[in-house]
Amino acid sequence: MTLAVEFSQISRHYDAVRAVDNVSLAIADGEFFSMLGPSGSGKTTCLRLIAGFEQPSAGSLRIHGQEAAGVPPYLRDVNTVFQDYALFPHMSVLDNVAYGLMVKGVAKSTRLARAEQMLAMVKLADYGMRKPAALSGGQRQRVALARALINQPRVLLLDEPLGALDLKLREAMQSELKALQKQLGITFIYVTHDQGEALSMSDRVAVFNKGRIEQVDSPQQLYTQPRTAFVADFVGGANVLPAALAETLTGRAQACAIRPEQIYFLSEHGAGLQLPGQVLDIQYHGAVSRFEVEVAGGQRLAVAVPNGQTLAQYRPEPGSAVRLAWAPEAMVWLSEQG
Amino acid sequence: MASASLTLTPPTHLARWRVQLSTLLYRRSTLTLFLLLAPPLLWFGVIYLGSLLALLAQAFYTFDDFTMAVSPELTLDNFRAIADPSNPLFGANIDIVLRTLGMASAVTLASALLAFPIAYYMARYVHGRWKGVWYIAVMLPMWASYIVKAYSWTVILAKGGIVYWLIGALGLNGVLEAILALPVIGGSSLSTSNLGRFLVFTYIWLPFMILPTQAALERVPPSLLQASSDLGATPAQTFRTVLLPLAFPGVVAGSIFTFSLTLGDYIIPTLVGPSGYFIGNMVYTMQGSIGNIPMAAAFTVVPIVIITVYLALAKRLGAFDAL
Repeated sequence: MTLAVEFSQISRHYDAVRAVDNVSLAIADGEFFSMLGPSGSGKTTCLRLIAGFEQPSAGSLRIHGQEAAGVPPYLRDVNTVFQDYALFPHMSVLDNVAYGLMVKGVAKSTRLARAEQMLAMVKLADYGMRKPAALSGGQRQRVALARALINQPRVLLLDEPLGALDLKLREAMQSELKALQKQLGITFIYVTHDQGEALSMSDRVAVFNKGRIEQVDSPQQLYTQPRTAFVADFVGGANVLPAALAETLTGRAQACAIRPEQIYFLSEHGAGLQLPGQVLDIQYHGAVSRFEVEVAGGQRLAVAVPNGQTLAQYRPEPGSAVRLAWAPEAMVWLSEQG
Repeated sequence: MASASLTLTPPTHLARWRVQLSTLLYRRSTLTLFLLLAPPLLWFGVIYLGSLLALLAQAFYTFDDFTMAVSPELTLDNFRAIADPSNPLFGANIDIVLRTLGMASAVTLASALLAFPIAYYMARYVHGRWKGVWYIAVMLPMWASYIVKAYSWTVILAKGGIVYWLIGALGLNGVLEAILALPVIGGSSLSTSNLGRFLVFTYIWLPFMILPTQAALERVPPSLLQASSDLGATPAQTFRTVLLPLAFPGVVAGSIFTFSLTLGDYIIPTLVGPSGYFIGNMVYTMQGSIGNIPMAAAFTVVPIVIITVYLALAKRLGAFDAL
């Protein structure tokens, strides 16, 4: 496996703040790799380290095997799609896309022809003469993509590129981006705080928290086998049972995660692990309803029940006493308490 | 009282007429806009532009050289004296215009070159409290009286003044003499040379260039510079193709200040530098000592025309594309 980007014990400190704290990471060539985390978790700083806008305080960063420390952005074979698109407002869309070739001294006719091709690729063939201000958010996003790809980078960095788009457009762009990455065969490194986006597009996802990586895994592994409480909660929205509670139920004093859809209500006595509780609140989410249930020790668990099922299902009212149950194999043991 | 509309609870802590007035202004937004704009538009239109137009109209009046009387007979004689080469006064007048224009251009160019790095530093590297310190440092000279500053420069630049002392202490007397021996910029001393006058003008007007340039640079998002670098542009290319075009409207705005303030000034040319009128001195003499208001008015048209031509050129060069 050839590596596109390799972090070895990289740190980036701003005075006392450790934006990135001893991160090691290997991203394979041709991979769709996502960096997922809440804001301030260090994911964007990692992206900026790869782009060269930031320099690591410690550690070694290699891009395609070459040490990148001290190499300015304009000498790196990576390009970036910025969160705010960063289109040059004083240039036409065509000149924006052709910019990367222009600064390399490519002849005008050649570079404009290439820019036309790139615009056609992102389905904006007739928009070349417009100024960026005359485009919609989704169109600007495509122009930013075309501009970043015209230099044929081996690694494309995307910094929350769909953050400003509405849900429908975002979903359409997700599948387009995924298809584009397959077609080009280059490495995409995608920063997002939206776990749905990361899970649906990526080959692998790194989950960031407080400047560190909690887990790097395939989307399915992350969702079904979270290793830490943070990943269980942030990626799967799972319930985290503290070690003490798990011990009273199973005898094993270790924190574990249970996803809301794997818990069900027992109307009568039944088999499996059981926990008495009281329904505090019910939120309607369309496909499912989420029940918030308080159990022993004030711990709150979320229970997801599908709506519109034809089979009659026990649906408690707010305030009613319930018994929760789940299959023992639904419990995922967590290595550390986050 | 039965009513189908919403039941509104008027605020009880306000007088009834105030609530009614607020509601009226809220509903009639055009009326509100009119009330807000009427005073400034009256001031701007009547007092500001009106008086300027009245002045310009007098440029077409006739001045009788013998009786020294102004009569409202329309004539183009005043403009012929400035713009018609066959007019006997043309030579002297065009000298005044070129002298002023040359100085204004030199001052503007020097201000732009000095202001840009300072403005860039202020916009990109200074944050928080230090930003305030820099603003004050840039504007501090403007808090002192203009006349005092101009006069003190005559002392600073005079023979035996601090500049001469410093140059002597550094052993650079020969260099200064060589520079003062140059035509056009030189003279018998710094305070009577065009170089000295240029230094004073640049000192006085520099803040007017720094502030708009800084404001323009501040509006350039850092991500644009990063995007340029990311796409392979060297820092010099980024400066030329992204930063400068985007900051240029600010530089042009600053240059309008430095250019027109130099064009109109008559105090510094009186105090520092060689003899010979600037446009401002000409206007001052024409209307003050001679009472030739029409000729003075005609001369005030010159800077207006020059600035108009300058802006047209700047627009053609694309200076305002980034606005």
